[in-house]
Amino acid sequence: MKDWLSRFTPQMVLAPSVIASFVYVFLFCAWTVWLSLSDSTLLPEFSWGGFKHYVALWQNRRWTIAYTNLFLFGSLYVTGSLAIGLVLAILIDQRVRGEAIWRSILLYPLAMSFVVTGTVWRWTFNPTTGLQAFVRTLGWTSFEFDWILDRTRAIYTIVFTGTWHASGFAMVLLLAGLRSVDQDLIKAAQIDGASMARIYYKIVLPSIRPIIVAVVVILLQFAIKTFDLVAAQTGGGPGLSTNVPAIYVYDLMFQRGQIAQGAAAAVMILLALALVLVPYVIWSNRRTRREAQASS
Amino acid sequence: MKAAGGIAAIPDAVAFDPLATGGAWRRRRSMAVVYLLLTAFAAYYLLPLGVIVLNSFRDLGEIARGGLIGLPHSFSLDHWAKAWNSFCVNGLCKGVEPFFYNSLKMAIPATIISTAIGAVNGYILSAWRFKGSELLFGFITLGVFLPGQMVLLPWAYTLGLLGLTNTVWGLVLIHCVQGLAFTTLFCRNYYVNIPDALIKAARIDGAGFWRIFRRIVLPLSPPILIVTVIWQFTGIWNEFLFGVVFSSGERQPITAALIALTAGQTNVRQYNVESAAVLIGALPPLLIYLFGGRYFMRGLTQGAIK
Repeated sequence: MKDWLSRFTPQMVLAPSVIASFVYVFLFCAWTVWLSLSDSTLLPEFSWGGFKHYVALWQNRRWTIAYTNLFLFGSLYVTGSLAIGLVLAILIDQRVRGEAIWRSILLYPLAMSFVVTGTVWRWTFNPTTGLQAFVRTLGWTSFEFDWILDRTRAIYTIVFTGTWHASGFAMVLLLAGLRSVDQDLIKAAQIDGASMARIYYKIVLPSIRPIIVAVVVILLQFAIKTFDLVAAQTGGGPGLSTNVPAIYVYDLMFQRGQIAQGAAAAVMILLALALVLVPYVIWSNRRTRREAQASS
Repeated sequence: MKAAGGIAAIPDAVAFDPLATGGAWRRRRSMAVVYLLLTAFAAYYLLPLGVIVLNSFRDLGEIARGGLIGLPHSFSLDHWAKAWNSFCVNGLCKGVEPFFYNSLKMAIPATIISTAIGAVNGYILSAWRFKGSELLFGFITLGVFLPGQMVLLPWAYTLGLLGLTNTVWGLVLIHCVQGLAFTTLFCRNYYVNIPDALIKAARIDGAGFWRIFRRIVLPLSPPILIVTVIWQFTGIWNEFLFGVVFSSGERQPITAALIALTAGQTNVRQYNVESAAVLIGALPPLLIYLFGGRYFMRGLTQGAIK
């Protein structure tokens, strides 16, 4: 008995985690999917409601605003963070003095919660307390900057803050990539008299492509899950103008008592994540296999 | 990508000096541009933090006149004291102190428990691999990607069932289950680098499961445990969605309380006190970042590149 027990110790110790993961990942997800197909409103009910909540969701104007914002925010946030991150990584890669200090300054936003970040930037964008008031005290009294109160422009203030928060993160990963580029290739190009811009463009960037893809995927994932930042900075307003899917889910489930439609929206978020992650996992598995073959 | 010890860290600058492609004079001029740009970026990154730090010491009248951005002409620590234990949040006039302690009571146990479970899981999934263990590993790490919105209602029901609705322990449970995926991923990817021969030799010597963990694996673990603890603590402290959904009133963690405090409707906004409150809420992760930034960065490269 004791032998048998000790033989299966690893499996037994691992079992609770596997069970917890199973409940969490599969059971809970299935539960929410089920709720989205039920008739639930204020309280969960398990009566079959069919796909009507999905239909209602896609006919809802507010949902249209939410996913349009997600596309707009997601594309600008990812390209912006990636571009700034890349510029910063290349700058830091020029053998600057005090590299660790620069890196720390550029990455610290990541240690701050979206609640803190969103709050501070809300104050800064607010015309009566922030940048507009500041520029006016300097003497330019007609200066206007009130995007956060403007329905068509408020979403760009979220993009700005999101980029502020994430570009240091992109920088660190890209910098690690820049440092792993094959030095012989670069030296050869230098001897051939290639300019610095050309070396980066032709040799360095193509060889860190896998890292760039990884950064894009991680940032897209953040973008799809964005909730706290919007909640703290604009609360989804003015009006409905900065609603994003995650805010929509929260609001329908816990403020409006429309559990089934909220669950349907949550399923959409999951699908969006799968749409980003599944191709990435397939691509990166294929790449590792190819590399393994090439080296053997 | 691998530094000694198996944790990916950012490698040092290498022989290649991109700017050396031109002459010495050109290099000097280019470096000036590099420093100028970096300084501009650094200022832009530090600006919001600087603004709230300064505001937390200024008088309200001064802020009302010139806005939040500006050099202080007054200095007082009173706003910090007020933010800490007498400012009204949600009709409760005890400052952010109770919420700060809620967050501590949530983040410390959740960090310790999830890290401990992750370490043991990582050890099993690397040193005691069995048929199907790779599959289980993939399965456990799926939790990393799961959006919180998908599990809100099931958690609400489960917490009710366990009698943990609106308690700190309910949040601890949620963060342990969710954190398990991260910690297992981190630890397993680190332990995979421990040579198999080391474990095999110990097994031949008759050492059992826990003995090998204690004598061989744990002594090699401090780097990864520090990374995991820092990462988990920061993540749990900063988390907002679960905090705002599963707790209310006096039981809320600080992130949820800060939203109630700074976005609530009041006649006169006390920006100085609110700045101090926001800073208090940001302080633990910032301090960790200040002193453990190296590990923070390793966690990043470790978690992301793999």
